[in-house]
Amino acid sequence: MRRITVIALNTFRENLRDKILYNLLFFALLLMGGSVLLADLTIMEHRRIVTDMGLATMNLVGVIIAAFVGIGLVGKEIERRTVYTILARPITRTQFIIGKYLGLVLTLLVNVTVMLAVFIVTLWMYRTPFHAALFQAVGLIFIELLLVTAIALFFSTFSTTTLSAIMTLGFYVIGHLTTDLKGLGENSQNAAVQSVVTWLYYLCPNLDVLNVKGQASANGIVDMSYVAVASMYGLLYAALLLTAACAVFRHRDF
Amino acid sequence: MNAIVIDRLTKVYRSSWFGRAPMPALDGLSLSVQQGEIYGFLGPNGSGKTTTLKILMGLMQATSGGAEILGKPLGDVQVLHRIGFLPESPYFYEYLTAEEFLTFYGHLAGLERAVLGWKITQLLDLVGLAEARTRQLRKFSKGMLQRIGLAQALIHDPDLIVLDEPMSGLDPVGRKQVRDLILSLRDQGKTVFFSTHIIPDVEMICDRVAIVVKGKLLAEGRVDELVNPGHAQSVEVVCEGIKAGEVAAIAAVATRVLQRGEHSLVVLPGPEQVEPVLSAIRTQGGKLVSVAPQKGSLEELFMKQTGATPTGAGWPATVGGSSE
Ligand SMILES: Nc1ncnc2c1ncn2[C@@H]1O[C@H](COP(=O)(O)OP(=O)(O)O)[C@@H](O)[C@H]1O
Ligand SMILES: [Mg+2]
Repeated sequence: MRRITVIALNTFRENLRDKILYNLLFFALLLMGGSVLLADLTIMEHRRIVTDMGLATMNLVGVIIAAFVGIGLVGKEIERRTVYTILARPITRTQFIIGKYLGLVLTLLVNVTVMLAVFIVTLWMYRTPFHAALFQAVGLIFIELLLVTAIALFFSTFSTTTLSAIMTLGFYVIGHLTTDLKGLGENSQNAAVQSVVTWLYYLCPNLDVLNVKGQASANGIVDMSYVAVASMYGLLYAALLLTAACAVFRHRDF
Repeated sequence: MNAIVIDRLTKVYRSSWFGRAPMPALDGLSLSVQQGEIYGFLGPNGSGKTTTLKILMGLMQATSGGAEILGKPLGDVQVLHRIGFLPESPYFYEYLTAEEFLTFYGHLAGLERAVLGWKITQLLDLVGLAEARTRQLRKFSKGMLQRIGLAQALIHDPDLIVLDEPMSGLDPVGRKQVRDLILSLRDQGKTVFFSTHIIPDVEMICDRVAIVVKGKLLAEGRVDELVNPGHAQSVEVVCEGIKAGEVAAIAAVATRVLQRGEHSLVVLPGPEQVEPVLSAIRTQGGKLVSVAPQKGSLEELFMKQTGATPTGAGWPATVGGSSE
């Protein structure tokens, strides 16, 4: 456990020293601030626009960090061969992977917290009322980030950075389209298309399950049991991917 | 007691998609390193040294064969507490300062913060990086990286130190420092196993040597045993004031005579010829400058060994100049 913590904290420090993180955070704050101006210009409901934009920004920035930092998490270590001296220490490969993962999770947690704080301050400054559903939405966004990080990490244990990026983004996009995908498969005449689509449907995580941003901005509180089941689904999927990542990583040569 | 026992280690890298049947990078390599010795693992580039060390450190699986380190089979994680490793041309987290870097590796080895403070000071002094303590590694030169890498390998006071080409990328002063460091490690009772493709490195400090070419062990033993098996050493005599090549008594016994300005260099096949040559120099009115028995060199041995292999593996140019 202690070694996992050492790896995780060092990964967190690595992330904090990466300029890209601050650029993204700045971008997020810009978007949130911009949403207020945008809201003033439209006749649409003020509260809705600010909430929508805020949640969408958090989600987008979070996914970008999870995917791209997630790919580099282990991929960069292998490419730059920094992994040699670390694995030559009394630490198992599984501990290493889990440590790297938790390090990025900590980074994401801090990031989402900062964004959420700024978001709440923005809402409060404009006297926009907000609702518990907001926290539900952010909670599920965080689960999605845990899942995306696991996807990125998984691919980077056995393929190149570029390929991992393509695969991760592919998984993400398909993950949000799976419901449509299923319809597409059912309507297709072609048996091959049907089977590929069915495979993708069952293989890719259904990320739409974790998206309750719409309800949140409509102030509709989501059933707690739904949130619990959706969270379990996301966490289980992430755990599965992490297990697979560890298994691949344990058996590879450097 | 053996620190490392390598037993018929073989590694065949998975072949690429096209391409011929893969050549084994290691082909039944066996050797053993005794505790407390400096062991040189010598071979030209591509002979399988790095592959061997990676397998030993658990970074890579052998195709067949096995090894024991400090009495434990490969794959034992706990034994890594007692081993320090420096990879070839190492790369480290460049966003860390030297101090943070060593702290990180110390923590990985299970050291407490209280111990680490003075340990880091001591090690940075040892490798001559005391003034770079708070500098980020991204600003380090290649030689500095090599030295901080050595410090990293020593942070937890290991019993066995495994180094892959530790002198590569260093200038002559740096090479000497690394050699002295290795010697001082042995004086502390530690075992050092290091690879190199540079013969003088091995000749100067190693207790024993293995010569490996194309994944096969060509020779293993003490340097002096390998180099002078029959003790038939040649002798070089230098004199001035005469042209030694034109003296019949000298020319008759010398294997070679070279004239360099005032000096004549006479190479004799063995110590028996020294006395007659010296008296010849005296009677001719020459002045003796020096008499030096010539050790055989590992380079000669190596050339002999590889000359016999059908493939005739060439030794890279960097090896020249065995007598610095
Ligand atoms: N990852 C790899 N994949 C395929 N072949 C490799 C790999 N690493 C090394 N080799 C080959 O194995 C042989 C031994 O390499 P190496 O162990 O690096 O030698 P050395 O360290 O003595 O220079 C070389 O022919 C090299 O090309
Ligand atoms: Mg090598």
